[in-house]
Amino acid sequence: MKVSYQWLAEYVDLSGITPHELAEKLTRSGIEVDAVESRNAGVSNCVIGYVKERSKHPDADRLNVCIVDVGQEEDLQIVCGAPNVAQGQKVVVAMVGAHLPGDLKIKRSKLRGVESQGMICSAKELGLNDKLLAKDQQEGIMVLPEDAEVGMDAVSYLGMDDYVLELGLTPNRSDCLSMLGVAYEVAAIFGKEVILPAADVVENGEQNPIQVSIDAQEESYQYHGRHFTNAQITSSPQWMKNRLMAAGMRPINNVVDVTNYVLLEYGQPLHAFDAGKVAERKIVVRMAHEGEELVTLDDQTRKLDTQTLLITDPEKGLAIAGVMGGANSEITDETKEIILEAAWFTPQTVRSTARKLGMRTEGCVRWEKGVDQLRVKEAGERAAALIQQLSGASVSKGVASAVVKEGTPAVVSVTLEKINQHLGTSLTADEVSPIFDRLQFPYEGTNEKWTVTVPTRRGDITLPEDLVEEVARLYGYDKIPTSLPTGETTQGQLTAEQKLRRAIRHHLIGAGLNEAISYALVHPDRVEDVAGLHQGETKPVALLMPMSEDHSVLRTSLLPSLLETVAYNKNRQQHDVAIFELGRVFLSRQEVLTELPEERLYVGGALTGQWMPQNWMGAKQPVDFYQVKGVVESLLAGLGIQDVQYKQVSELAGMHPGRTAEVWVKDQRLGYLGQVHPGTEKAYDLSETYVFQLDIAALGEAAKEVGHYSQLPKFPAVTRDLALVVNRDVHAGTLEATIREAAGDLLESLTLFDVYMGERIAQDKKSMAFSLVFRHSEHTLQDEEVQQVTAAIVEALKNTAGAELRM
Amino acid sequence: MQTRLQEMKESALGQISQVTESAQLQDLRVKYLGKKGELTELLRGMGSLSPEERPVVGQLVNEVREALDAAFSAKQTALEEAVLNAKLASQTIDVTLPGRPVPTGTMHPLSRIIEEIEDIFIGLGFEIAEGPEVEMDHFNFEMLNLPKDHPARDMQDSFYMTDEILLRTHTSPVQARTMLKKEGKTPVKIICPGKVYRRDDDDATHSHQFTQIEGLVVAKGIGMSDLKGTLLTFAKQMFGPTQQVRLRPSFFPFTEPSAEVDLQCFNCGGEGCRVCKQTGWIEILGSGMVHPRVLEMAGYDPEEVSGFAFGMGVERIAMLKYGVEDIRHFYTNDVRFLRQFNRG
Repeated sequence: MKVSYQWLAEYVDLSGITPHELAEKLTRSGIEVDAVESRNAGVSNCVIGYVKERSKHPDADRLNVCIVDVGQEEDLQIVCGAPNVAQGQKVVVAMVGAHLPGDLKIKRSKLRGVESQGMICSAKELGLNDKLLAKDQQEGIMVLPEDAEVGMDAVSYLGMDDYVLELGLTPNRSDCLSMLGVAYEVAAIFGKEVILPAADVVENGEQNPIQVSIDAQEESYQYHGRHFTNAQITSSPQWMKNRLMAAGMRPINNVVDVTNYVLLEYGQPLHAFDAGKVAERKIVVRMAHEGEELVTLDDQTRKLDTQTLLITDPEKGLAIAGVMGGANSEITDETKEIILEAAWFTPQTVRSTARKLGMRTEGCVRWEKGVDQLRVKEAGERAAALIQQLSGASVSKGVASAVVKEGTPAVVSVTLEKINQHLGTSLTADEVSPIFDRLQFPYEGTNEKWTVTVPTRRGDITLPEDLVEEVARLYGYDKIPTSLPTGETTQGQLTAEQKLRRAIRHHLIGAGLNEAISYALVHPDRVEDVAGLHQGETKPVALLMPMSEDHSVLRTSLLPSLLETVAYNKNRQQHDVAIFELGRVFLSRQEVLTELPEERLYVGGALTGQWMPQNWMGAKQPVDFYQVKGVVESLLAGLGIQDVQYKQVSELAGMHPGRTAEVWVKDQRLGYLGQVHPGTEKAYDLSETYVFQLDIAALGEAAKEVGHYSQLPKFPAVTRDLALVVNRDVHAGTLEATIREAAGDLLESLTLFDVYMGERIAQDKKSMAFSLVFRHSEHTLQDEEVQQVTAAIVEALKNTAGAELRM
Repeated sequence: MQTRLQEMKESALGQISQVTESAQLQDLRVKYLGKKGELTELLRGMGSLSPEERPVVGQLVNEVREALDAAFSAKQTALEEAVLNAKLASQTIDVTLPGRPVPTGTMHPLSRIIEEIEDIFIGLGFEIAEGPEVEMDHFNFEMLNLPKDHPARDMQDSFYMTDEILLRTHTSPVQARTMLKKEGKTPVKIICPGKVYRRDDDDATHSHQFTQIEGLVVAKGIGMSDLKGTLLTFAKQMFGPTQQVRLRPSFFPFTEPSAEVDLQCFNCGGEGCRVCKQTGWIEILGSGMVHPRVLEMAGYDPEEVSGFAFGMGVERIAMLKYGVEDIRHFYTNDVRFLRQFNRG
């Protein structure tokens, strides 16, 4: 809603309050003012002039030389290039020394040898928004009505000395979609009176010939019709144009402008019909027939259905109620006889029709939010008076009305105790009552309790809490004290899962990875590119109406998004990436959702390029399988997860069949890690990329708290190195498991410290060297004991893995 | 004899002072003080002295021996020191060369803000509550006093999967879920961080996925002053001890009265700047007293208990705090962006 300061001042005394002060006060008490704008875009020293003479420029075909009376002793000679300039016009003259928008300064000048003492201005040159100009003012110089007073300051004549407050209204305050609504609000804030506009209709002796009936009584509650004859359709006076333009509406003609003016003034949408086009002068409010059509004012043919509320005559549709009038009964320059509609339609009806037709007029906006049912007729009378005033029309006697019902004001009670408890204040009754007075809310009651009859313009107030808010905002939110909740003490803390999540995040950051957050909505083709952990029979959950295919299904794996992130970085020459994400995946087995999908929290990571930044020591360290495995191992170790097994898997979607391992603890699968399948890498345009993905709930189950510590050893350890030669397909994990089993409790630690394949051993063999540390907790180990256990280990290795000691 | 001793001392001291290497010094020591050294030789000649001379010469010999000993060991120390110094000098390296790299990761800026806010509210006795991102219409809207035909819940604004299931448009359904779970028990003191989704075209200031933190307190006797005090405490901890909060009346379907909360602009400290559009204040939170219908639907009697709720956008705070001009940076994860969040 755009509110003209000067216009508002007609309904409430604003003396001593600047537009900016007004804006600040409104904002602080609940009507947010988004902007305060001067209507003057930089115009000064412009006056209204009268073109006394116009002659052709002697040396330029397109220029005219005008003699203009600007109310000074001497007339001005002005050279003007506009083709529409003519003798007898009232125009805006920028005097020598005038400023115009765009930093233009008018100087005395010579145009092709003829002196020009100023400039005749177009509307655009004055900084007026040409989208809001009446059609006849859009081209050439701006021609003013004949009654414009010569010599008058043009800034004031055009209302450019006005300010416009742009309100950013919350949905509950649709009462401020009208000048009067704003006036009530301002009056309440400043403790002033509201001055209602005059609506003095002078009726002639003729009975109003219109007949009105409402068939659709669920959708329309009231319909009032005024009848006019002998109207003169012209353009509106400048003051009205100024106000409409200030509000962002384009002036059209005096009758249509009045309906818009009163729409802005009362928030009541109105419509005017050419009565000559209304069959039998009969108005019927009914639902449209299926397939019925109407050509609306914008020349579009609208197909209607039985949900559309229609204003009709006995023969045809005339207007889509509350949305737009029909072309067949439009007010034209020839119109003499007029029907003015003031009606009440239900918000739902107008809203659903407007949406179906994709139209959202100023009227629709107000209908949707709810129009004051008790001011319909009053607004109609105000418009009737203005039409009479501006068009000279004669008004027939009486209003043709059909009324199903009228609104009743809500009655709401609130106690002082409730107010103070809810706000944490200690207001007295003497402080509260004046607030209701200022709001012009009639009330009854004692000192401690108010029973308020809420005016229908404030349909947002239905509960005691709503009244509490009125008191609070007019008392001032700033004056509400500050306190902290008292009562039972609560202990704030993270849950075990929340702690785990943080531990994972902090660990991976410590390990050198950057945390990423990506979109949960992904492309359907990508969702199964890289396996999740629980996909199986689940179906990706899809949106009914996605905005784009790229974001149309919910992810079931974190990795597609992470791979896209890696690709995004690669496209920006960022080839070394190590990222991780903690995020939910969405799993459902249902074809059509009837229950919520399961949401599981995963942690996933993607690594590519160099692990270490390039450095002067030269040694590059490209990310490989063992790098990503190292990251996962350190994470699991950091979480206290022990006895982890890595099992080779060759059939995970999107993963390299020979370079992928699942991570298991006992019979629980935590996740997997490995290299992305070269085919998938190609699809995403990636270099070699390694990933991991783990289920956080599974990590939580496997993670162990630190228990009792192990006593530090009292006896020395003995170290033995074993270099084993085995077939190349023997896994390190097999050897490790064999060693551990054969060694028993004496083995304190086991480290693989070398893997060798090459010239010095047979071609189909490899050598793996382990360092074994033995220790007995009770005594110093003897050589024989170590010999014995070592021999047993070697024997076991030979039997299970065909391992030979390397000599 | 005495003369010879003096001469020998002089000559030995002279030679010691000339020595530059440890081995030379050793040779000299043998030459003068060794078993066959000059001093020993001289001592052998003592037999030819008279008994009167012997003690005198004997003392002199001792003096010479001590002097030479001291000279040798001083020289020895000096030589060792020189060797060490030379060695240290040869070991000098360029300390300005970069160290061996240890990879350092970074926390996502949104996570940083969330953890910071969580920690502040944990300190105030709040728990962290969570709920599903795919939510029932019932919890996302109806339980929050947004019935089916409410304009604020346009199908166009939300991502629906079915008529009844959608991606949550705010973290507020967690309020309703938490209250139901508490079965009417008080106090309820939670904050709920999480991802939310709305049908917005992604641009510099809009994102179809973003992050909110919601707060809720329900107990006997909670008033708007408690909301104000809680938010002031939060603001001071989050943005500095001189922070101020300013409440402005506003509207949300699930609170009444409702308030927008402005903080003093942390770019200019309230002086007025581009960030705060010269007002000195930045709008950062929506809040209010829990609407009686919301309490009722969640199983609380609004005549018995009351509560306040607030919600803030994490991206907005991060954008203001870190000067990020485009919300999409948070979700495209350019590593050059992520790597900047490595301090504090």
